[in-house]
Order: sequence, then C-alpha cells, then structure tokens
Amino acid sequence: MGGRQRIVIAKPGLDGHDRGAKVVARALRDGGHEVIYTGLRRTPDQIVRTVIDEDARFVGLSSLSGAHNHLFPRICQLLRDSGLNDVVVFGGGIIPEVDRSKLFESGVKAIFGPGTPSTEILEFIDVASAKDCGVGSTSDWRWGE
Amino acid sequence: MDRITLSRNLSSIENGEMTVDDAEGKVFAITGPPGVGKSCLIDAILYKLTPEFSVAVIAVDPTSPLSGGALLGDRIRLTVLDDKEKSDSIYFRSVATRSSSGSVPSVVKSLTNYLLLQAFDIVIIETVGAGQSEMRCAAIANRFVIVEGPARGDGIQAEKAGLLELADLIVVNKSDLEGSQKVVNDLNISLSINKDPPPIISTSATTGEGIDNLVESLLNLEERESSKRARYRQQLMMAHENVLINNPNFEPIIDRICQEGLGIEDALRELIERTG
Repeated sequence: MGGRQRIVIAKPGLDGHDRGAKVVARALRDGGHEVIYTGLRRTPDQIVRTVIDEDARFVGLSSLSGAHNHLFPRICQLLRDSGLNDVVVFGGGIIPEVDRSKLFESGVKAIFGPGTPSTEILEFIDVASAKDCGVGSTSDWRWGE
Repeated sequence: MDRITLSRNLSSIENGEMTVDDAEGKVFAITGPPGVGKSCLIDAILYKLTPEFSVAVIAVDPTSPLSGGALLGDRIRLTVLDDKEKSDSIYFRSVATRSSSGSVPSVVKSLTNYLLLQAFDIVIIETVGAGQSEMRCAAIANRFVIVEGPARGDGIQAEKAGLLELADLIVVNKSDLEGSQKVVNDLNISLSINKDPPPIISTSATTGEGIDNLVESLLNLEERESSKRARYRQQLMMAHENVLINNPNFEPIIDRICQEGLGIEDALRELIERTG
C-alpha cells in the first residue's frame, strides 16, 4: 500500500464539464487521500503552479473538450521543465482510443474513461506510488499493462 | 530558496520529519463559518497587499474522520494567483487537519514559523472557526480576524461566548446583501458591553466595498489585551495536549482503560506523574 498521497485534480482548458473530476476527487478523498481541486478552466501554468505549491505527488487531468492532445503533453512537459520529474500524471474524460498511445508517450501513466470503477483509480494510485514512474522517469510502465 | 524546495520542506514539517525554530512576524488568522466568504476576502486582501508584501496563506480544511482523506478546495477562489505580477509574492498551501494525529495546531505553528523564516512578510491562516483544533490553529496567529455574514441566525448568536472573545477585528462580509447592516448592529450592541471591544468592519468581497478599509485596519491592527490572553490560553492548552499525546504511555494507557477498566482520572494522574 502506498499510503496517503497529495493529489491535484485539474480541469485544463476551455471545458465546463466537471462532474467526472468532482466524482474522482471525492472517490480519492474517500480512499484516504488529500485532494486539491483546481476548479474549472485552468491553464497548464496554473496547474503546474498548484502542483508545486501543494507539493502533490499525483496530478489527474480531466478533459471532455477534445483538447487533450494539446493540453496533456504540454502539462507533462512543464512539469519536467520545472524539475517535478517524480510527479505522476493520469488522465480521464473523453479520450478516444487512437489518441492514447501518444499521450502515454508524452508521460501520462493512466487514462480512465467513463465507466471506470473508482476502486481502479485508487488501485492505480497505490501501485504507482510504489513505482518510479514520474513524468520525468524513463520507465515505460503504464496502468493496465 | 526555490518554490519546490519550500513546498517539500513544508511537507516534511507536516509529516513530523523536520523541526523549526520560533519566528517573529505578522500572522493573521481569518476564521468564520463556512460560506461566509473567507477565501474571497483573502483573495481581495491579497490583491491589495501584493506585490508590496510577500504573503503566505495556509488554508486549513478538515480531514474526514471516516477515510482519513480530505478535499481541499479553498484555492479555487484565489483569482489573484492568476495575476502574474502578484502571484510571485504569494504562496498558497492547503493543509488537512489529519485529525487522528491530534497535533494539527502545532503543525500549523511550525509551518507558520518556517514561512516567516523564509522571509514572508505576512502569514494568513484560514480556518473554519468551528471545532477545537481549528480554533487552536487560529490561536497561533497574533492578529485574529473573525468573518461574519448576513442571514446567519438572529441576534442571540452574537451573544454566544467563545470565538468572538478571541477577535482583534470583526468583519461583516457580504455588505451588498440584505440583512448585513443588522448583523453589524447586533454585534455592536453585543460587544459594546465589553471594556475593549474589537472594531467591526463591513465589506463586500464581491463589489470591493470596504476592502481598502479592511486592509488598512489589518496592517495597523494591534493585539487587544483580552484577545491575547484568550489566545495564549488556547496555545497553552494545545502545548499541554501535545505533552500528553507525545507521552509514550498515552496509547498503552488507553489500552488499559479499555481492557482493565482503568478510570479516566486515574489514567490522567498516572500520565501526568510520568510526564513530570
């Protein structure tokens, strides 16, 4: 077990659909983690700043707007540029299957679509917290493999 | 020191892996019931204080006693963090009460000392003024601000003892809403009996009314003798509680209460004797 983690749940970009993010934030809270929710329409800079100030080990990105191909890799890059190589990034929302491999290549370690049981996300946090799988690591491990 | 190191050191302090020396400086507690506008007021205050002053905010939110987890959402209200000219002089950190440890106020005190030692001019502690541990977190501050708002019950609420006694300043927020002047009047009547009543300021974080006045009052705010005494009382009680909790016999003696029927009074006597 990885114990209590500090996790930022973020809504990047122009996207007003936050039900999923709130449900995940709540599930993580109920799983014993400390969750910092960013609120809607955050820029990659704002999200990285939140991760820095709050000393979060995980950041979950929720996007239902279709802009994930731009936003997720950008956030991963900014985290690396800031020296936050040990922060683990995961995503959720409406992410088409064809887009996923590129997102994984950019540093995202898990993508949870609609219908994912919340227990699976908690399991991911536990497993990932025991691994060296931050956004700057060379490990090609990802959830579900 | 860079921000990442600062953040990680604060985590080490929070996890009890690092100790901090005492520090001097302006520490404001901003406390009041949920939904009264504490975070929005802090946002408005930060717009005025920065970049002239560097300010750190510690927002304390409750940990769920059931799961041990917490949802920390105060940051959402802080639009000032999006202002590039201001955000560099602000550090905002959410802290969960982690109630099982019983030592949140002392953690917040260490975090506060550390931030002052890192050359922040002002530290603001934001807490809901309900519950003992939150009240004690606020009592760490040397300037204590209580935020009230309209539609929070009748005048008798203002007569209740407790939190108001700690106040150096009372803010009645949401002055743009109906009933806010009545709250000011009720508080004035109630506090006028005191020898040394704290000032009351009316604000609206939404319209900006009264914010300049509030910031000026904050910067010039003196500790009141009576609130100082009330705060030291809280701090002494907190320190005493820590001595008890950190006593190695604390958990074993609870076992004996459960299993051997040891009385609470006897248990306490035994703990205090061993603590010396």
